[in-house]
Amino acid sequence: MIAVLILRNGQVVQSIRFKHTNVIHADPIHAMEAFNKWAVDEIVLLNVSLEPSSAEKFVEIIHRISRECFVPLSVGGWITSEDYAQQLLRSGADKLVVNSIVSEAPELVTRLSESYGRQCIVASIDVCRSEGNDTAVAVDRGRRIVTSSPGDWAKRCVELGAGEIFFNSISHDGARRGYDLENLKAVCSAVGVPVIAFGGVMTWEHMAEGLRAGADAVAAANIFHYTEQATRKAKSYLADEGFRMRVEGRAFAQAGNDAIDG
Amino acid sequence: MATGRTPIAIIDYGVGNLRSLANAIEEIGHEPELIDDPEVLLKADRIILPGVGAIEPAMRTLRTNGFVEPIFECAKRGTPILGVCLGMQLLCTSSYENGTHEALDLIDAEILPFDPDVGLKIPHIGWNSISWDQTHPLLDGIAPSSDVYFVHSFHASCQHDSNVLAWTEYGEKFASMLVKDNILGAQFHPEKSQYVGLKILQNFVGL
Repeated sequence: MIAVLILRNGQVVQSIRFKHTNVIHADPIHAMEAFNKWAVDEIVLLNVSLEPSSAEKFVEIIHRISRECFVPLSVGGWITSEDYAQQLLRSGADKLVVNSIVSEAPELVTRLSESYGRQCIVASIDVCRSEGNDTAVAVDRGRRIVTSSPGDWAKRCVELGAGEIFFNSISHDGARRGYDLENLKAVCSAVGVPVIAFGGVMTWEHMAEGLRAGADAVAAANIFHYTEQATRKAKSYLADEGFRMRVEGRAFAQAGNDAIDG
Repeated sequence: MATGRTPIAIIDYGVGNLRSLANAIEEIGHEPELIDDPEVLLKADRIILPGVGAIEPAMRTLRTNGFVEPIFECAKRGTPILGVCLGMQLLCTSSYENGTHEALDLIDAEILPFDPDVGLKIPHIGWNSISWDQTHPLLDGIAPSSDVYFVHSFHASCQHDSNVLAWTEYGEKFASMLVKDNILGAQFHPEKSQYVGLKILQNFVGL
């Protein structure tokens, strides 16, 4: 169960088809605090600011967030050099989410994978649908199409050194009708590395659909911000559906961290 | 249990993200010390050996940075040493990752790949549970079958069952925590395993 925080200019925003307007939290640390209590298993933090100058502030945010984050923290956005990747990792990030450089600087993906290990590289694949429902894979926040085959693109990411795939759909993003299951399946069957499903969750059943489609982990953003105890509720639902979920927090029986029924 | 802030040495030999471990040590109220000078390591009361990536370059870097002898010295003195992830693998005898490589040999164990024919995804990434048959202070207050966070493609296989502190099932049963006197290892990342992981680190400080 992975919570995604979309950051624009340092604020957590709602994402709808890759447009980011509503500010949900002025300070991402508040979202982080809630997720810590709600048994979230992993955090993905994406900087979608249009300005490359946002990169520096993003490092500071990661530095602060990571002090409160004792689950894996994946970060992405504006990773265009080894230096910047290193800054992010030194600030407390555990994994790098790469997207545009898979197309624009593939050798950088490989170098990062060699330097930090395959487990450190998460390739984000943004799939979109045309009006005629044709599939394409886009990079650069959805602005440039690179191929029509998500499966082939996923294979390429793994060949370059990615250890995980973060599947997103621009058409389903914020659309509340569940993941793009057909393309998710295509990606899951194309690669042997874990695939995280993202984009479009409105109900807990959507998450179950993602897992049945072959995803190894399910992610959501908006729904987690608007539902109290969201990740706990989601986990209870999925556990009832027969999926194995992490049962959290029994070691430290603090208020607010009591175990959920697994 | 130690009182006050105890300094915890984290060996900084130039690999991986030490920030997460340091943050976790701070969170449980102790003092992380990133140690890049082997001489300073000899003064440590508690040592964490971190590590990510492949074993061969990690072992080579430990050697060239002069950490091997001080680690042996601390091990002999009885200083508690906790290897985390690749750090745990480095404490073992040898590894078959990309050839055969000698490691520190503080625990009688070999590092083997997961069987690719089982059909599970490799690396083993994500939360999985730990179980154990023997009690140990490192596991005080941890509920049986607690979930912790793993990221690895190779795993330890111990010569002696007594060195298996905890095991985990992923296609096969493998040793996910190791123990031999003051030498301890966790294949998973306690610093990324939320409350369970923080409790294990707190137990380590209290040893």
